[in-house]
Amino acid sequence: MKYVDEFRDPHLIRQVADEIRRLANPDRHYRIMEVCGGHTHAIYRFGLADVLPSNIELIHGPGCPVCVLPMGRTDDGLSLTARGGVIFTAFGDVMRVPGTHGSPLEHKARGAEIRMVYSPLDALNLAGANPEKHVMLFAIGFETTAPSTALTILQAKAQKVTNFSVMSNHVTIIPGIKAILESPDMRLDGFVGPGHVSTVIGCRPYEFIARDYGKPVVVSGFEPLDILQSILMILRQLEAGRAEVENQYARVVPWEGNLAALKVLAEVFELRPYFEWRGLGFISQSALKIRDAYAEWDTEKRFSLPGIRVTDPKAAQCGEVLKGVLKPHQCKLFGKECTPESPVGALMVSSEGACAAYHNYVHRKTEAAAAVA
Amino acid sequence: MSEPPLVRFRDPQIEMSHGAGGKASRRLVEGLLAPLFGGPLLGPLGDAAHLDHDGSRLAFTTDSFVVSPLRFPGGSIGDLAVNGTVNDLAVSGAKPLALVVSFILEAGLPAAVLEAEVRALADAAQRAGVQIVGGDTKVVEHGKADQIYITTAGIGRVDPRVRITPQSVQPGDQILLSGPIGDHGITILLARGEIDLEADIRSDTRSVLPLVESLIEAAASGLRWMRDPTRGGVATALNELARDCGHGIVLWEEALPVREPVRGACELLGLDPLHIANEGQFLAVVAPELADAALAALRAVPGGEEAIVIGEVREQPARTVLGTASYGGTRVVDMLVGDPLPRIC
Repeated sequence: MKYVDEFRDPHLIRQVADEIRRLANPDRHYRIMEVCGGHTHAIYRFGLADVLPSNIELIHGPGCPVCVLPMGRTDDGLSLTARGGVIFTAFGDVMRVPGTHGSPLEHKARGAEIRMVYSPLDALNLAGANPEKHVMLFAIGFETTAPSTALTILQAKAQKVTNFSVMSNHVTIIPGIKAILESPDMRLDGFVGPGHVSTVIGCRPYEFIARDYGKPVVVSGFEPLDILQSILMILRQLEAGRAEVENQYARVVPWEGNLAALKVLAEVFELRPYFEWRGLGFISQSALKIRDAYAEWDTEKRFSLPGIRVTDPKAAQCGEVLKGVLKPHQCKLFGKECTPESPVGALMVSSEGACAAYHNYVHRKTEAAAAVA
Repeated sequence: MSEPPLVRFRDPQIEMSHGAGGKASRRLVEGLLAPLFGGPLLGPLGDAAHLDHDGSRLAFTTDSFVVSPLRFPGGSIGDLAVNGTVNDLAVSGAKPLALVVSFILEAGLPAAVLEAEVRALADAAQRAGVQIVGGDTKVVEHGKADQIYITTAGIGRVDPRVRITPQSVQPGDQILLSGPIGDHGITILLARGEIDLEADIRSDTRSVLPLVESLIEAAASGLRWMRDPTRGGVATALNELARDCGHGIVLWEEALPVREPVRGACELLGLDPLHIANEGQFLAVVAPELADAALAALRAVPGGEEAIVIGEVREQPARTVLGTASYGGTRVVDMLVGDPLPRIC
């Protein structure tokens, strides 16, 4: 398959891994954060830790939209299904996110009108097909998915569809990274920068990380070779004493981003003064709300949502894992109360969540290795 | 007085995942059904029950079909209903003797739709060389079912040369797969039209009996285990084997046969082909000294040309399926969790 097989070539993977081993200083411990959950998933899915030297430690970042969504937001969204005539729609990875009274899937099993959609436009089309119902899109994601939500709202306005609204849970990546950089228990040497987000925002927004914090950032693709090459590029910067933003994913990411998408974002959305990130707390100017000009399609303005706030179970250490302070399996609930099948914390829900990825692809492997040792 | 059966099923309500063939299904079967039905004849939870009767060994099985849409490229619910039960018998080492079929029909169903499926059942039975000898029909109010649900049950005679159990599986045994995986699940997903994807792909629904018979002729003495990886896919079937035999299963990721459209759809949708359902493939575990002969026997049958060795049994990691790539990366391949693709069969 084009654009996939080339980037999974076993021979090249071994070569890059050898180069990384050659370059890594054996007296040094490298802590590199991959910001994006897609990278976390690929790292575990392809067993990349197996080919890296042991002194390169990969820390999993906050770039998993489902993972940073506070449970109260899910509860708020699901509360609408209790009134008649509302269809709740969401992307697939939201369907198993636990709310206080169960996930969207569990609500659906009890009869609530809940549909999985593959694109925001599917939700809008559903509204067209069900004029007697109100269709709500529980929108989630970083700048990657926000433009398609914005375009859908513009479309709803153009088509004068009034039985459709969006509950925006869109967040922006930079404040999340900043929160991590400011976190006192965080010691990082560099970042594998998010790939998909950067297709929209470009590479420039990361420049402060190199300039103000002196950390290399390499925007990376998602195939095994992309990720290994990015790690190699970070090592080269570190060994040369450089801290710059580099673009490994230039085949997809333009340095200046997608100007058309950014324009649509600015037209429909504005920054919220603050927004709660699960595990990281309230972060100012870190999320998108729908501008007043589009209030008619804003779920939060059309309906009065209860504004539920839920504190995470005390034993769950999602925040520490999200910040990379703990490894997934070091959380007290990991693999016991909290599994991909019955997740307690959101990091266990999405396949891009560090805990789910670790549980799915690594957990028993290390158990078995320990048993052999 | 005997001990009351131990019901361990604690899920508060039935979810779609309980029907998906993965972890939740196993919990339901092992936690609720097996403890309450458990008698001396309820054996290991394989594809078919084996009953000894008058000196010969019979296999007995049943399967229900609720697929949506009813017709899809490569087949229909009628094909699935015959092939599914025939395959369950075949991979338990049995030659099917007879099937019975039951319908649950929704009032308002056009008679032509029913007739098309009855014809599909009859044709599939003829192709598989088995007779449909009885059945039942029920009708429910409009809106209380989705057009047609079909249940088939089948009985077969187990080949006396075959002794397949998970416990006979040994480190070193080879894992054979009859052909490309994921065709059925992805075909159904695309046939629903919910995703704007088009691909030239058909369900693999077919009877695997000719393949199994050829394999038995060539390697009966070294044949340890067989399974048709339907819901939950190859990953779930092999995890059940790993759990039941106590050994590890190592897969060669690059050897797994997956057609390009299936790979493409899985990449786009974030699915693992190992979790996607098949309706015309089967897995076999064969002693290493007979693996070459077994593979040649499969490839000699029309439709078996793409059969391949996808991995082997090892002592470690115990009770786990491990995927390995030639560059040295490894991952755990888990059972299906949840239900990414409901109502595929």
